[in-house]
Amino acid sequence: MNAHSAPPAAAAPVVALRNVHKSFGPLKVLDGVSFTVPRGEVMVLIGRSGSGKSTALRCIDRFETIDNGEIEVCGRRVDDARLDVRALRQDVGIVFQSYNLFPHLTIEENITLAPHSVKKVPKAEARALAAKVLAQVGLEEKLHAYPEQLSGGQQQRAAIARSLAMQPKVMLFDEVTSALDPELTGEVLKVIEALATEGMTMVLVTHEMSFARGIADQVVFMHKGKVHEAGSADILSSPSTPELAQFVGTGL
Amino acid sequence: MGLELDFSVVLERWRALLDGAALTLQLAFIAVICGAAIGVFGAIGRRGGNALVERLCGAYVEAIRNTPLLVQIFLVYFGLSSLGLKFSAFTVAAVALTINVGAYTTEIMRAGFDSIHKGQIEAAEGLGLSRAQIYWHVIIWPGIERVYPALTSQFVLLMLASSVTSQISAEELTAVANYIQSETYRSFETYIVVAFIYIALSFVMRFGFWLLGLALFPRRRRLGTPL
Repeated sequence: MNAHSAPPAAAAPVVALRNVHKSFGPLKVLDGVSFTVPRGEVMVLIGRSGSGKSTALRCIDRFETIDNGEIEVCGRRVDDARLDVRALRQDVGIVFQSYNLFPHLTIEENITLAPHSVKKVPKAEARALAAKVLAQVGLEEKLHAYPEQLSGGQQQRAAIARSLAMQPKVMLFDEVTSALDPELTGEVLKVIEALATEGMTMVLVTHEMSFARGIADQVVFMHKGKVHEAGSADILSSPSTPELAQFVGTGL
Repeated sequence: MGLELDFSVVLERWRALLDGAALTLQLAFIAVICGAAIGVFGAIGRRGGNALVERLCGAYVEAIRNTPLLVQIFLVYFGLSSLGLKFSAFTVAAVALTINVGAYTTEIMRAGFDSIHKGQIEAAEGLGLSRAQIYWHVIIWPGIERVYPALTSQFVLLMLASSVTSQISAEELTAVANYIQSETYRSFETYIVVAFIYIALSFVMRFGFWLLGLALFPRRRRLGTPL
């Protein structure tokens, strides 16, 4: 198969990892990880801290390079050294635990920055887009606020809106509620749920087990750099490995 | 014995003093604009990637920070003339001051750029921004906002330090003062007047930078909080 130029077939997965290996020095963080996320599906990555789930997620958006294996995202070979990284990142939205809104820009400027400067969307059109995605996350009245004037939950929703404005084909969420209290967590999760309902393809790293159970089409439990157990959300209620049983036992 | 001060002979040369003050401000203006540009590129050079560029920028900063301004001025002055290049004292002074303030500005801006959190850059990368766009939107402006007070101080300091260029007869304020006191023999009075003029120039500069800051950093204008 000519992976460099072939357009993705209709049924091709949006994200596919095949036997991915990655080490940080002597530490093996990904040890033959494989999973695929079909269009419109939500995959939840769970596991202990240090199990490699965040690294796996970051590899999808080329924030980490891999030592071995294949990663295919939206028809692009991410493991190819000649990859057009910026083109990849126009297809992939990523939201981080620490929001990372640009503090010197208003929420509107945060959102219009990438569409305007990367996709060359005219200013007026980008502003309309900002209003639209902010409404999607329930923050339409915060258009002209600065990030520091928003609560953590609002900042995270604004960060999600900023990613959505690039109209990505897949969204990655890296422990996006870990810095929030339960109430603020709830408002962020609602936004993610709404995205799932609209058919957005998503990969989430989360510690919110009940949320995972409700939203996941697929759950991947990572343990010591490997996919230890994978399946539908049912594996959270009836795990077949003792490690997952112990993890969800303590995770609940 | 009493102290007898007579300012009249100094003050009646107000025209010359005003010309000198104007020239001082011109020197400062040129050096600040060019020095700020050097500072941005120097800071990027010192931070980013290429080992040779990093070393060159580092050597420039260290060479300037560890030599006296007067020596730097003489080096430019005699260096250019030994190359057979004839420039006015004003031009030489402007070049020397620019080279000097560029080095200090490089260090201050580097501190500002380094203060930008890695997560900010990752977020920008994740949105598909190019390296240049990330620098411009996410590193340079918020970085400068953080060190703006330090930059203001450095630029005011430069204006005051420009008095040293009187040594190569640039006709700035101190040179004018030297001339007036030799003509009137009222040295103390002359330098009292000149000191007050420098204070006034400092206030003018600080006020100008305050206004510029309001224009450059709308978030600070609206919220009043440090970044």
